[in-house]
Amino acid sequence: MLNYLVRRLFYAVLVLAGVNFATFVLFFTVNTPDDMARLNIGGKRVTQELIDNWKAQRGYDKPLYWNDAREGAEKLTETIFWERSVSLFSLEFGRADSEAAGDIGYEVARRMRVSIQLALPIFVMQILASVSFALLLLLFRNTRLDLAGVVLCVVLLSISSLFYIIVGQFAFARVMRLVPISGFGAGLDLLRFLILPVLLSALARLGVEARLYRAMLLEETGKDYVRTARAKGLAETRVLSRHVLRNALIPIITSAGGYLPFVFMGSLLFESFFGIPGLGAYTIEAISKQDFAIVRTMVFVGACLYVAAYTLIDVAYTWVDPRVRLA
Amino acid sequence: MLKLVLLWTDAAIWLLVFAVAVYAFAVRRQPTLAASWRRVFRDAPAMASSVVLLACLAVALLDSIHFRALLPATEGAAAAYDTRTKSALDLALAPLAESRETTYSRPLAFVSFTKESVEIDGRTERIAPRLTFAGSHLSDPAKQWAGDVARRAAKGGGLGAVASVLLALLAVLRVARQGQLRFSDAARAVWRGETELPWRAPLVTAAILLVLGGATASLSGWYHPFGTDVTGNDVLYQSLKSIRTAFVIGSLATLVTLPLAVSLGILGGYLRGRVDAAVQYLYTTLSSIPNILLIAACVLMVQVFLDKNEDLFETGLERADLKLFLLCVVLGLTGWSGLCRLLRGETLKLRELEFVQAAQAFGVSATRIMVRHIFPNVAHLMLIVLVLEFSALILYEAVLSYVGVGVDPSMNSFGGMINLGRSEMSRDPVVWWSLTSAFVFMFSLVLAANLFADGVRDAFDPRARAFRPRVPQRKLAAAAGAAQS
Repeated sequence: MLNYLVRRLFYAVLVLAGVNFATFVLFFTVNTPDDMARLNIGGKRVTQELIDNWKAQRGYDKPLYWNDAREGAEKLTETIFWERSVSLFSLEFGRADSEAAGDIGYEVARRMRVSIQLALPIFVMQILASVSFALLLLLFRNTRLDLAGVVLCVVLLSISSLFYIIVGQFAFARVMRLVPISGFGAGLDLLRFLILPVLLSALARLGVEARLYRAMLLEETGKDYVRTARAKGLAETRVLSRHVLRNALIPIITSAGGYLPFVFMGSLLFESFFGIPGLGAYTIEAISKQDFAIVRTMVFVGACLYVAAYTLIDVAYTWVDPRVRLA
Repeated sequence: MLKLVLLWTDAAIWLLVFAVAVYAFAVRRQPTLAASWRRVFRDAPAMASSVVLLACLAVALLDSIHFRALLPATEGAAAAYDTRTKSALDLALAPLAESRETTYSRPLAFVSFTKESVEIDGRTERIAPRLTFAGSHLSDPAKQWAGDVARRAAKGGGLGAVASVLLALLAVLRVARQGQLRFSDAARAVWRGETELPWRAPLVTAAILLVLGGATASLSGWYHPFGTDVTGNDVLYQSLKSIRTAFVIGSLATLVTLPLAVSLGILGGYLRGRVDAAVQYLYTTLSSIPNILLIAACVLMVQVFLDKNEDLFETGLERADLKLFLLCVVLGLTGWSGLCRLLRGETLKLRELEFVQAAQAFGVSATRIMVRHIFPNVAHLMLIVLVLEFSALILYEAVLSYVGVGVDPSMNSFGGMINLGRSEMSRDPVVWWSLTSAFVFMFSLVLAANLFADGVRDAFDPRARAFRPRVPQRKLAAAAGAAQS
């Protein structure tokens, strides 16, 4: 197990290095530091002096990949690429491109907590809702109810998540006034602010996930051990909950866990619609302001989350299925 | 005189149409492929949704013929062309596109949505002014409006109904000729859904489309059937224009993924070892970046590139179009890891099978095995992913547009409409028609695409068929017999 985790960690670092390199190429080669400076200083009176000053403030006044002016290892280390990479891996994200946005690391740490408060309930709610709906359909399989359920799934998954949010917000917050339209608070207020986004996100994913889980569960029900369980006289609900569901957990974990990193980022829409000051809203703001430093950091943070989620899934396998040994 | 303009996405779309035609020709010559496709069309939902898809495709293709009109010649000047690039669809929808009001108006309204202060007999009153175009033919709108709308809708709907009856007759005639049945028997078979291909579902779909479309079309010359947006543009026109954007993104973006995903997937799966490790590393790295962020990053860079090369484009549409094209490329280049993983896994399985071993024993080169033996056996996966992704990408476009990395704001798209509709929902009274219109069109298109994709998946992937909900069938055996006799 430990051995496996160490190897896993090594691969994760390798992957993150790749991500780092790719984003660096994307951001600094297409859009040179001079362009960034010009964009951020704005206006017409952009002098070379101002540009140099801006670059110096952010440490962008070096060659991109290779510094010919230096000697030895410094040829490699005295470059933007090296410095950016080292700072990203040591989780020091530096300053945002724009003046007002301030220190990225501080913002990320602060907003991460908010995001988790939204993302975890969303994740749990989505899985609970979808799995129970899928189980319900399974209980009534080969009846008209099953057919209606599958049709409902197809209809639900054909609707853009934006509609769920816009219409849901309109109906529950504006017309019925059950919950505040948007915002964020602490303590009991939190519940009032979060309940609508959580429910809506569960609904938005219900079609896709319930259909998928139904297929996974159905695949299990065809197996011999299910027939055995029925033959020994177990009630259908017990067969489903004790036997089928447990065995279908592996594919379900794979698919739900694969969605885990997207919950953090995917609640991006919900954060921005409901005015929740999390990472997603931060990213959207950065994109609209064309703040590349923030976007670059978020790409890296997102990749870290993804890698962490996948390691978690692998560990979860051993917990769900004792036959799986990680070596 | 016209000057034809071939935009990037136009070229891609027409190439795609050409490729589909070639593929269809190839399918006819290959019995197994043809059988699979027949299975697709034996599925009633797939058959019905293909009608909707074809209608949308027709709109999208019409919208993909672009030209610039020759401006009226001025003395001594060289021939000048209009700076606006128009499409054949714009010509067909000219009454909608050109009857631009000043601001919001409700669907089918003859007065503006917002009230203005007007001075009548020395007093200032807040009234909603008449619209410039919609309903301007009515002399006393308060009395005539309902009757006029009903009459026009009935006329258009009636024409649509006539057309759908004609279509049904054609289908019945075809069934009668093929099965050598009497006309009445054929009609009964079609009505009861007892024919080999489920004709009833597509005919009903076509009838609904024709009646609704007919009514809308006959109203659209005189009213705005779906209202107008904040700048007075017709919402129906925007929705129809958005169909092309959706089609382009849905089809091109997955096509772009194919070369990378297929070549790397098969290479990694077949050669294994270091090549496989490299391929795996590539797609793991790529897929570990949250997709929406990677796309956002790439699109921001595309934006920077376009801003730097402002002078490359003669018209605004050309610029917007290149952005759409590059967005597809970005979506493709960032989205190939899923298909690649799938193909690699399938190749790993295939390479152990006897026919591959036989080929190896005969000394067939690795390249040739991959091209001649592996590729045709994973091609169905490509097809399934292609159709499944189509609808997913259309939905994705809306999200991307919301985030601000979607298509150019000047280009009509469902995402753009939803984005505007969002702020309109917070007005009081609510402006609901933009959003509703986007919803209706997008939902029909995506639902049709999803149903069609399910049909294709079930036909090409035998495992998927097991997950269909089966309802106890009462008249299954009778159906087959009746159609044959």
